Amino acid sequence: MSDQPVSQAYIRLEDAPRLRPPTSMVGVQGWIIANLFSSVSNGILTIVAGAFLFWVGWGVLDWAVFSATWSGADRTACAIEGAGACWPFAWIKFPQWIYGFYPLDQRWRVNICFIIGAAALIPMMMPSAPHKKWNALFLLVAYPLITLILLTGGHFTMSASAFLAAFTVLALAAVFLPLMAFGIEEGIQRNRIGLGLALLGLVIWLVSFAVDLGEWQTFLGRFSLGSLLAAALIGAGGVLGFFQLFSSADVAARGALRSWAIGAAVVLGIMLILKIDFGLEAVETSQWGGLLVTLVVAVTGIVASLPLGILLALGRRSNMPIVKLLSIIFIEVWRGVPLITVLFMSSVMLPLFLPEGVNFDKLLRALVGVALFSSAYMAETVRGGLQAIPKGQFEAAQALGLPYWKMMNLIVLPQALKIVIPGIVNSFISLFKDTTLVSIIGIFDLLGFVSASSNDVKWASPQTGATGYFAAALIFWVFCFSMSRYSIYTERRLNTGHKR
Amino acid sequence: MTAASDAELRARVSFWNDPKIRSAAVQSIMVLVVGFLFYEIIHNTIDNLTRRNIATGFGFFNKSAGFDLIQSLIFYSSESTYGRALVVGFLNTLLVASLGIFFATVLGFFVGIMRLSKNWLVAKLATIYIEGVRNVPLLLQMFVWYGVVLKSMPGPREAIDIGGIIFLSNRGLNIPNTVYGEGAWVGLVGLVIGVAGAIVLRRWARRRQAATGQPFPYIMTGLAMIVLLPILGLLLAGWPISFDYPVLGGFNFSGGTTVIPEFMALLVAVSIYTATFIAEIVRAGIQAVSHGQTEAASALGLRTGTVTRLVVIPQAMRIIIPPLASQYLNLTKNSSLAVAIGYPDLVATGGTVLNQTGQAIEIVMIWMAVYLTLSLLTSSFMNWFNSRMKLVER
Repeated sequence: MSDQPVSQAYIRLEDAPRLRPPTSMVGVQGWIIANLFSSVSNGILTIVAGAFLFWVGWGVLDWAVFSATWSGADRTACAIEGAGACWPFAWIKFPQWIYGFYPLDQRWRVNICFIIGAAALIPMMMPSAPHKKWNALFLLVAYPLITLILLTGGHFTMSASAFLAAFTVLALAAVFLPLMAFGIEEGIQRNRIGLGLALLGLVIWLVSFAVDLGEWQTFLGRFSLGSLLAAALIGAGGVLGFFQLFSSADVAARGALRSWAIGAAVVLGIMLILKIDFGLEAVETSQWGGLLVTLVVAVTGIVASLPLGILLALGRRSNMPIVKLLSIIFIEVWRGVPLITVLFMSSVMLPLFLPEGVNFDKLLRALVGVALFSSAYMAETVRGGLQAIPKGQFEAAQALGLPYWKMMNLIVLPQALKIVIPGIVNSFISLFKDTTLVSIIGIFDLLGFVSASSNDVKWASPQTGATGYFAAALIFWVFCFSMSRYSIYTERRLNTGHKR
Repeated sequence: MTAASDAELRARVSFWNDPKIRSAAVQSIMVLVVGFLFYEIIHNTIDNLTRRNIATGFGFFNKSAGFDLIQSLIFYSSESTYGRALVVGFLNTLLVASLGIFFATVLGFFVGIMRLSKNWLVAKLATIYIEGVRNVPLLLQMFVWYGVVLKSMPGPREAIDIGGIIFLSNRGLNIPNTVYGEGAWVGLVGLVIGVAGAIVLRRWARRRQAATGQPFPYIMTGLAMIVLLPILGLLLAGWPISFDYPVLGGFNFSGGTTVIPEFMALLVAVSIYTATFIAEIVRAGIQAVSHGQTEAASALGLRTGTVTRLVVIPQAMRIIIPPLASQYLNLTKNSSLAVAIGYPDLVATGGTVLNQTGQAIEIVMIWMAVYLTLSLLTSSFMNWFNSRMKLVER
């Protein structure tokens, strides 16, 4: 320490009294000066922007509220000189914009779908809500099934041969169960006979394409003899496979059996549920419309594109040159063309691709097109997430001896998908907006119905179209804006954990 | 202990665990499946086409189209061929896309900078515009511009008159036409010389500044050369340029050029919609330039304008241009919504041809080929740009 100062006369011992900041720097006034009138040019900008905002805002407000027509039964109420928005028109047409031509007395089914969807989606979006895995499973598997049955009425015709095919596939899986449980070599050893039978069955099935083996009438329906024989052989192989598993007390055998049982229950359960007649009136998809179709197209697009997009993204980063090439071609082709050409393609070209007699629903065709289109975009989003995972994660997983799919399922994808949630939400937003294009190929979504009802002669007035489009824009805006807010919120939430 | 050789190790692993064999097996199965799929598709398509008596091939190109198009940049009449109709459609797509790209870029940069303004109200105004427009489907906006805004314009007799030479009515925008007389090529020569001179001048000025440190105002002089030389050329040739003004006669305008409302609605809608995305890209790009860069530049004593021009913008452009290019591509693809309001672009014209001839496959192939070529060109430009602009680090 240095010596004490010789003289303290010039040294201040207390702080100078603190002055209050000038009034022009604090409070409302300070904020206004700092943010609006910090300089002359800034002040001019503020006045110009304020005037513009006032002009537009007042115009919209006047049109939508003060000068608007609020009641009336037809065009006479709205076709007045200087009148604003024609709200009775929107009010009367509103149910049609939501449900389309869905039968009046059946609309409760649509409402139930909306309510279940919202009830499942809200906890899914809240980070604090528990049981995310079950919630996601419900949304991705059970919910589509429920809506499918509720909206169409269920009771799908499912031929006996469809059940036979499902049975054969499950039996084939059972044939290979010992290989899963005991390893390939021991598994082959144990289920030699079963594998042989299954192989014979497959050969017969293939031969039956070339040589007609005849048909056989049973109490369940007509079957081609070839496929029946194949099913029987493969079934026998599956039974033998089961024997091997039951006879062993191995933990792996139990696990294999359990996963087979779950798979079988899900497949057969879905088939049965689709076939059961719940007594619901059948509603053709041509009767669907409005917001219902918008949501169906958008949600199907996103749900179908997620798994497909993940596969494509993995394929694009694969080491296998052919897989990589095919993925790149698929992604770039879909991303390179406008959605409208994809929709045209699905409506005029898809029927040409299918064998004669196979023909499916117009809406379903559009859904296929939308799903393929959005899966390409989803693939690029997911690829972004995959690239963000440090190489060390892959290497660590490989060092632990994890095979490819386990590495992806347990280590890489959980991290990558978490990062890309905002990206997924953003692609959902653009898909949601893009669904409006289906109205060009004659499927009436929300926008399609709004445009159609604007041409209603009963309501013809200069403001009818504007009112309809304003209402539709508001609906779309609320959906898209809230989704984009959610995406920003997730991005912020996820950001904190990863900062180094 | 001796290390086992690679071959020995491989022999110890059973063949189904060998990654090479596995990947070969997976890929051959994949090739088989994809090949089968393609075989099925082609087989079914040929079957279906022969059953419907549709001839494949591009022979229909030379048949007379028999329909009119409301806008064509090259000569077209209903006696012209289908092939020519498609070319007209393609040119219309290019026209609306290039003009849309221009307007969207100008508006987008303007709004993006507005959003970063220190003036609270200006920034909020930009935010309202961006959030309001980009969350509403483009098709809906197009319907509003076409069906509400332009339809409610006054008729040609009460057209909105801009300076007596431009008229806006529900028939579209009528603008004067330039008529080039004898000797107008002199102006073109002047323009070429002006552009070439400006490029040479810029090179020389940069070299001089690098060597001596003395700047030369090459931007202003170059612009002057580009503008003044063609005018000088035209003056020398005796001003062979005249204008054909639109004149109201009867119920519509004659003379000048009419910009059809379909085109205007499409152009305005795609420009305003895409500008919101461009604005966000610009904002993000400028914000991504680290604050240390501007601080370092001010510490060197550079002025605010110079800092923006020489430090911030070059670095921001590196971030801005790749997403900007993909927005340009999006705009081009979005211009295909023209079909909804009846503007004859490639997709709309192709759709008409498809309906008349039934040549679905050929038309869809043309669509895909055109848009894919555009997107491949864009992505190769982006790759070139990225490799050129990549930060060169130690």
